[in-house]
Amino acid sequence: MRDFFSDYQIGDFFDEMFAGPGVARPHYSKLFASFKEMEREEFERKRALALSTFLTQGVTFTVYNDDQGTERIFPFDLVPRIIPADEWDLVERGLVQRITALNLFLHDIYHEQNILRDGVIPKQIVWEAAHFRPEFMHFDVPRNIYIHICGTDLIRDKDGAYLVLEDNARCPSGVSYVIENRQTMKRAFPGLLAEYRVRAVEDYSQELLNVLRYVAPNGKSEPTVALLTPGVYNSAYFEHSFLARSMGIEIVEGRDLVAQDGKVFMRTTKGLKPVDVIYRRINDDFLDPQVFRKDSGLGVPGLVEAYREGNVSLANSIGTGIADDKAVYHFVPEMIRYYLDQDPILPNVPTYLAAVKEDLAYILEHIPELVIKAVNESGGYGMLIGPQATKAECERFREKIKKNPRNYIAQPVIPLSRAPAFCDESMQGRHLDLRPFILYGEKVTIIPGGLTRVALRQGSLVVNSSQGGGSKDTWVLEDESSP
Amino acid sequence: MLSRVADSLYWMSRYIERAENNARIADVNLQLLLDLTNPSEADSQQQWDPIISSLEENELFASLYDKPDGKAVIDFVSLQKKNPNSIYSCLTLARENARTTSEQISSEMWEQVNRLYLFVKSDSARKMVRNSPYQFFSRIIAGSHLFQGITDATMTHGEGWDFIRIGKLLERADCTSRILDVKYHILLPSGETVGGNVDTIQWMSVLKSCSALEAYRKIYVGQVAPWRVAEFIITHSTFPRSIRFSVDHFDAALHQISGSPETNYANEAERLSGRLRSDLDYVTIGDIFKFGLHEYLEQIQERLVEISNAMHETYCANSALENLATD
Repeated sequence: MRDFFSDYQIGDFFDEMFAGPGVARPHYSKLFASFKEMEREEFERKRALALSTFLTQGVTFTVYNDDQGTERIFPFDLVPRIIPADEWDLVERGLVQRITALNLFLHDIYHEQNILRDGVIPKQIVWEAAHFRPEFMHFDVPRNIYIHICGTDLIRDKDGAYLVLEDNARCPSGVSYVIENRQTMKRAFPGLLAEYRVRAVEDYSQELLNVLRYVAPNGKSEPTVALLTPGVYNSAYFEHSFLARSMGIEIVEGRDLVAQDGKVFMRTTKGLKPVDVIYRRINDDFLDPQVFRKDSGLGVPGLVEAYREGNVSLANSIGTGIADDKAVYHFVPEMIRYYLDQDPILPNVPTYLAAVKEDLAYILEHIPELVIKAVNESGGYGMLIGPQATKAECERFREKIKKNPRNYIAQPVIPLSRAPAFCDESMQGRHLDLRPFILYGEKVTIIPGGLTRVALRQGSLVVNSSQGGGSKDTWVLEDESSP
Repeated sequence: MLSRVADSLYWMSRYIERAENNARIADVNLQLLLDLTNPSEADSQQQWDPIISSLEENELFASLYDKPDGKAVIDFVSLQKKNPNSIYSCLTLARENARTTSEQISSEMWEQVNRLYLFVKSDSARKMVRNSPYQFFSRIIAGSHLFQGITDATMTHGEGWDFIRIGKLLERADCTSRILDVKYHILLPSGETVGGNVDTIQWMSVLKSCSALEAYRKIYVGQVAPWRVAEFIITHSTFPRSIRFSVDHFDAALHQISGSPETNYANEAERLSGRLRSDLDYVTIGDIFKFGLHEYLEQIQERLVEISNAMHETYCANSALENLATD
């Protein structure tokens, strides 16, 4: 009998599920067996169930420049991505190491700048970074934590080794999908989930709230925490509202807040109420029109002054953008050695900096073989995948790079690992990545797994939701040896 | 609670109630047409006009449809996007408001609003309006009731719930007064001289629009008299869609929010609603007819607007807040 995987092609990639044709990796064997037995109708029923769950719950994201119904469902693939315990252990240790170094780096950069003085990172890389905030030199942030919430994107290469593709140290999003995906899988595959011992993801919100409370001004014990959103039209609004609800805190827009005498208040039906900690999902530029962009209607005039006076804490802190600049990214392994005196557990993807003369020459010669990225863009915008680009597109990037080398980096094309996804009525290999969410508070907490994003278009290497990507539930298995 | 959130909860609730009322009115009118056997009486324009005027959208309606027949009216009331008060528009707005407050309302409430919205947006709703409008309207009414039940059963009965209650009851008082007003206009242009069978049917339809026919029958056995219908709908103290009931209960909710006793007032909204409440408590149908039913109902509508504005000023407008902050 033909089953879902009879015609599955592994291709010339690392496949998450299959070690060879028809041979599932050990941690996928139960899933493989279960799909072999599953009727097509049964699968379709599960798919319909998942779709209607997302629809009624309003789990949607907004697509810009699209007048036909701006809300979309983030496509969801029913085949979970499974990560065995030992593999996850390595990833987790690597991420803890990385966030620790990044926070030490930020403190250093905004104080002594030893790492620049010692020549580990070229000065101009930092000074010319768009998100470096010299206004905040020598400013002490609560508990010395800069990045409280980090989303670090991992990929796997041809041999299955985990590599860090980028860090998102400003306002990473996607964690709500991790939790919603699991809820949906619980409804669709209760039996399979029970057979596997999958680590729970539900307590993320509680851990996040602990972090936010931990950084309250002057160690205040019962702080008022609020989530600052750009508003209902933001693409991640669902997530903002989801997180606020599951933490039991207010979700506020800029117009709900008012800064007076160096303090921040919410406008409530009972008058003004002080706010102590703000989990802001607005980038630095839009936070306060008195300090940053004057045209920002999203922010709160006077917010930065209150922050400076230590009366309100922000998560993440102002100025963390320097840590996820793609040129600075190149130096994270050096940071790890410099601050922690350790070897990096998770390597970077090899990166060429157009700002460095020799690298620039190499990049300009090899554009059609490289992935070019603008240093401050995310969401799959501002990038060029050489091998898939037209000649004209390559030329356009060549001009852009020459004009502003500091703004570009280049990386070799990594053949991302693939996993089966249900596309065009059959199981097909699709490229994927993984975004774990790292919380830095009293301790470092990492949600087991994270968001697995999958490029649903055939052959595509871009997993972003804005570029036709979808997601999968990510199952991190309990250690078999643990009780 | 955030002022913006309070405002959104209030409007979310008003829009759902408005959608339900529109469904009711259209539904009853559809049924009424079937009861009118005399073809001239069944002249659709005459029957449907009042619906359009109760929505205060005569001009818009005329600009959108060449022939003002039943089909056009049903489309206008149900799914017409250009009509800001169509069921489609109301539920879209209710959902927008729910979306901005979705961390305040229970997820069950949010899912119900979202489900209603997805329904009116769907092709199946379009087909249903065409083939079986009765079924469409029932579904909207039931959806609204389900929302109210879910709200009462899953949301903390605190401040947010009170704002939701006020929105619902204020809208209901307003809609009820419009239903009555419009029919009065058409049926009794020159006092009490009109009678006959058709009028009875028409007045029964007024009661049905408010889900009040059965309740009315239990009190006034066997007779549907215009002035009694008006009396019931305006002044009955325990029927949940009467104007008096609605006003009594939103007044109570206002006091619940401020914490002031119902015998006193703590702000302008409470003063105005308290005054309207006591008027309704003590007025007789004789007084109302002497004053003029139409004038009386119009005055109620104006006073409801004043209360809504005063409430906004007290709890949601920024100017009032800056003053509160200095206290």
